[in-house]
Amino acid sequence: MIMDSRRILVTGLSTYWGGRLAQALEAFPEVEAVIGVDNEEPQVELERTEYVKVGAQHALLRRVVEAAEIDTVVDTRLVTDSSRTTPSKAHENNVIGTMNILAACSGKDSPVRKFVFKSSTHYYGCEQDDPSFFDETMVRPHPPRTPIERDIVEAEASVNEFAEKNPGCAVTILRFANVLGPDVRTAHIDLFSLPAVPMILGFDPRYQFVHEDDVVHALEHAARHGLPGVFNVAGDGVLALTEVASLLGKPYAPILPPWGTGLAAAALRRVGVRIPPEALAQLRFGRGVDNRRLKAGGFRYQHTTRETVLKLGEHLRLHPVVRGARAPYRYEREVEEFLRWSPHVRNARDKVPRGAGANGGEPDRVAAAERRAAEAEEAAKRALELAERAQRQLEGVSERETRTSSPVEHYDDLGAEEVIGLLGSLERPDLHTLREYERRNANRARVLSAIDARISHGETPV
Amino acid sequence: MAEPTRTPLSPRESEPVSAPLVPAEDLRRHLPGVEPERRLNDWGRSERVEGVFDATVVEFFYRYWFRVEVEGIENLPGTGGAMLVSNHSGALPPDAAMIAKGIREEHAHPRPLNITVEHFFKGYPGFSMLIPKIGCVAAHPANVHRLLYDEEQLVLVFPEGRKGTEKLYKDRYRLRRFGRGGFVEAAMRARAPIVPVCVVGAEEAAPVFAQLGLFKRLTGLLYFPITPTFPHFGLLGMLGYLPAKFKVRFLEPLHFDEEGLHEDKALVQTVAHEIRARIQENLWDMLAARRSVWFG
Repeated sequence: MIMDSRRILVTGLSTYWGGRLAQALEAFPEVEAVIGVDNEEPQVELERTEYVKVGAQHALLRRVVEAAEIDTVVDTRLVTDSSRTTPSKAHENNVIGTMNILAACSGKDSPVRKFVFKSSTHYYGCEQDDPSFFDETMVRPHPPRTPIERDIVEAEASVNEFAEKNPGCAVTILRFANVLGPDVRTAHIDLFSLPAVPMILGFDPRYQFVHEDDVVHALEHAARHGLPGVFNVAGDGVLALTEVASLLGKPYAPILPPWGTGLAAAALRRVGVRIPPEALAQLRFGRGVDNRRLKAGGFRYQHTTRETVLKLGEHLRLHPVVRGARAPYRYEREVEEFLRWSPHVRNARDKVPRGAGANGGEPDRVAAAERRAAEAEEAAKRALELAERAQRQLEGVSERETRTSSPVEHYDDLGAEEVIGLLGSLERPDLHTLREYERRNANRARVLSAIDARISHGETPV
Repeated sequence: MAEPTRTPLSPRESEPVSAPLVPAEDLRRHLPGVEPERRLNDWGRSERVEGVFDATVVEFFYRYWFRVEVEGIENLPGTGGAMLVSNHSGALPPDAAMIAKGIREEHAHPRPLNITVEHFFKGYPGFSMLIPKIGCVAAHPANVHRLLYDEEQLVLVFPEGRKGTEKLYKDRYRLRRFGRGGFVEAAMRARAPIVPVCVVGAEEAAPVFAQLGLFKRLTGLLYFPITPTFPHFGLLGMLGYLPAKFKVRFLEPLHFDEEGLHEDKALVQTVAHEIRARIQENLWDMLAARRSVWFG
């Protein structure tokens, strides 16, 4: 039986997936620690994730893993899109990097009990004699043809070797289909952003996509639950490329010839349209995968392939209008350290546990809880201000005897308005005491009704 | 058109990280739902393209050109997965389309038929685009299993494969080797019945007089036949069928209800031979009763 994860290490924190996953894991109160490593700074705002600037150096990583007693490692670094980097850098990251990370987690005395590896359905390749739906038990019928595919096959082989040598560690491999979404950048999104969807003349390949949010949820699902084995992750439904184009509301352009496609793609690169070799294979033969095993493992997709494409279509139409409206996040080491470790930072988290009581998987409830936490913080600030003001007013005035103790200091000197303003900062038991006190002493109708309203409001679960 | 044995993908039992064992019934429960807004299904089949084809070309050939007669349609089950196994012939074989149309026209519960084809079509421009839209699926054992077991559909298989369509007119109605029995294995694994089908008329409708190896290599096609209309009338000559009378006979189904039958290779071969013998016998029978090639 695999224990639920408490202390999680995320590799590749500066990548899109690392950052998004760390953000997602922060919302779960049962996750004690989220530690992210990378040699570049995170690109997203993180609340309690600790960032350690270290690349794939296994000796250093091992010290981090042991010191922090990491029980789960999620490896999100894999580059699955050769248009984002050079082949040699991708190889360094995918093959050598994976080897080092695995080395840092292996060994008898390693605290790591779970290893989640983000892989890609490029593992299967795209060939003429493929089945229409690859399932996880199938090996690719031909050796890999593109550098990225070779890297992925090699990386998975070393993960397999790791699993063999460390039987005490549950290994999950998630093979993701092509990802689409408003925030992530992939070669296929670049292609679909063109005025027309390029195609190879005479081919209408089958495509399956997965939404970026589903990718994050799948990683988080695998990190939090025991889910050993290989799983395909792809939205329901396989679309033909012509169908994708019509869902995006774009024409399709069969500009690539069926023979000499590579040459034509090289010519297109000259005019700025980059189609990486692994995408070229997909444009010809397409690929579908069987996503049922992950569903049987308790995962629920939020988007089908069709919905994913429609969402991207909406984003592409909206993008030119909202471009640049949101400033990009920049990691400032000093600020982050101050916010995390300074004793002077009043952390909203300590007062209202984030996401407490909210069901973790439901983003709207989490968002609502966050909003309420922010409101509570605001109210607390207001109350503090008022209390200070009241104290200043009271300076030099002798303290009066009070018949029963009030939960608020110098209560009797506060006006009705001020008391009502204060109520937001009080807990329910205090409110009851205060009501009793007010009834016995000043007995102001306005204050009493305000307290009653506050009590009944407080009964709605937070 | 081929039988499904070409690239066996076996589970990697040696790999330490393997796919978790999930009961097959559970997987069946998790099949993706149908999105009614879509015009294509997950295999790439297009109801619209198929409908247009069916209402024009197929309708013309079925009703007026070949005047297809169907017997024994009641042998085809109305529900559940079933595999149809037929003899195969003709340069651009008309038999598959006629069987599919026969089911649509004659069966009490007409269902779409999935026709297994060579992987070649997926790699050839034009064919690659059109073939899946009209209900053809690559003859891969995994595809056949998913269709038969998970989706409970009808699958048409030609175990002779390319050897059937390549054969010359002088060898007509003599069945070729039935591959390696992969189709029987697939049906047994899916526990779906096999319905043997005999087609008479296709051999005369598209007689092949010779095969040109050189042109085959030059065009990259599966084969390059000489027929009454091809190649001298161009690609459309492929559709230049002679008006032979078609007869399609559905034979009694063979059932495989027991689990694990497919692991018995001897049984698989025996059943494959038996099916071949039954189709051959019925073909001789139908030919003996036929008085005219053109009028039946």
